[in-house]
Amino acid sequence: MTRNEALFEFLQRMGDNTLILGHRISEWCGMAPVLEEDIALSNTALDFIGQTQFWLGYAGEVEGEGRDADRLAFHRDAWDFRNVLLVEMPNGDFGQTIMRQFLFDAWHSIYIARLLKSSDTRVAEIAEKASKEIAYHLERSADTVVALGDGTEESHARMQKALDYLYPYVGEMFLSDEVDVDMAAAGVAPDPSSLREEYDALVQKVLDEATLSVPGNRFAQKGGKTGTMHTEHLGHLLCSMQWLQRAYPDGNW
Amino acid sequence: MEQPSVKQVWEWLDAVPDPEIPVISLVDLGIIRDVAWQDDTLTVTVTPTYSGCPATSVINMDIETALRDHGIEKLQLKQQLSPAWTTDWLTERGKARLEDYGIAPPQPAGGPERCPNCGSKNVQKVSQFGSTPCKAHWRCTDCLEPFDYFKCI
Repeated sequence: MTRNEALFEFLQRMGDNTLILGHRISEWCGMAPVLEEDIALSNTALDFIGQTQFWLGYAGEVEGEGRDADRLAFHRDAWDFRNVLLVEMPNGDFGQTIMRQFLFDAWHSIYIARLLKSSDTRVAEIAEKASKEIAYHLERSADTVVALGDGTEESHARMQKALDYLYPYVGEMFLSDEVDVDMAAAGVAPDPSSLREEYDALVQKVLDEATLSVPGNRFAQKGGKTGTMHTEHLGHLLCSMQWLQRAYPDGNW
Repeated sequence: MEQPSVKQVWEWLDAVPDPEIPVISLVDLGIIRDVAWQDDTLTVTVTPTYSGCPATSVINMDIETALRDHGIEKLQLKQQLSPAWTTDWLTERGKARLEDYGIAPPQPAGGPERCPNCGSKNVQKVSQFGSTPCKAHWRCTDCLEPFDYFKCI
C-alpha cells in the first residue's frame, strides 16, 4: 500500500464515520421526543454532513480519479464504506441513539484533538474546524447520558440496556491496521490503539455520574473500518440515503 | 471599466445581508477573510461559520450576485477553513444589531449577558442547539420570552 492509498483510506474512514452517523441521526428529524432534542439532533447531523464534505472532498482529490464528495457518498456500495460498525447501528429508542452518540463523540473528540497537529495541513485544517463543533456534541451527549442514566427507573434501565448492546462496538475504534500504522508513521494521524486509556477514563467518568455500569467484556465486533464486513444495517441505511442517485444517476437541481 | 479598489469591494460586501439574519452583513459576521485582485480576477476568500451550515451556499451565491451587479466579471470564491471562524470576529456593530433584532450576542462567559427583549439578567438555557447551527435556545425568567443566543465558537 502506498502512502497515498493509505491517506485515501484514512480520509474515507473519517468521512464515512461522519456521513453514516450524520444520516442516522437525521432519521430523527421531526420524530424526536421533544422539539429541543429534535433540533439538537438535526443540528448535529448538519455538522457531520458538513465535515463529511471536507473529508470526502479531500479523499476524492487524493484518489485522483475524478470522484468528488457526492460521488463517494452516493455511488459506493456497502462494501466500499469504511465507517466503524458503531455508527451504522440502528437508532433504537432515543436512549440508544444518545448512548451511541456519546460513545462516538468521546472517541471523536480525543481523535480530532490529535489531528490538530497532523503533518498534513489539510487534515489539520479540517480538524481545527470540526473540533469546535465536536466539543458541543460531546458536552450535550454526555449531559444527556447523565440525565437519562441517573433519571427514572425506566430511563436508567433503557440506558443500561443501550450501553450493553452497543459496548461490543466500541473496541473497533481502537484497532490499528496497516493504514493506521502508516498514517502514524507519517505523522498524519495517531495510532488509535494509543487512545484507549484516555477514552476509558472519559467514558468511565460520565457513566459513573450516570450510575451506569461499563460492561466487563471487551470483545470487539469489527470489520467496518477495514470494509471486511459491515452489519446488515448499513445496506438498509444506504438504500434510503442513496435511492435518488441510484434511481436518477447524477440528477441535481 | 476601471478596476474597483479593494476598499470599494469591501463596502459592497458590507451591503450584502446574512441570509439567515438579515440585520447583519457578511462583513459584520466576519466570514469574509480576504479580498484581493490578481490581474483582472477578483478573489474573495470566505470561511464557513459551521461545517454544515446550509446558508453557506446561499452566501456564496449572494456574494457572486452582488459583485456581478457591480460589474465584476472575473470572480473567484475561495473557501478557507483555517483559522477556523470564531464569534470573536463579529463586529461590534454586528453584535449591537443582533441584540436589537432579538438575538443575544455571544459573550466570552459562554452565556447571554441579558435578555434581548427586556434586559433582565435572569436568563436560563433551554438547549445548546437552536434554530440554526450558530445559535442556542434560551429563555428569560422575568419576561418569560424565549430567545436565541448566538453561541461562542
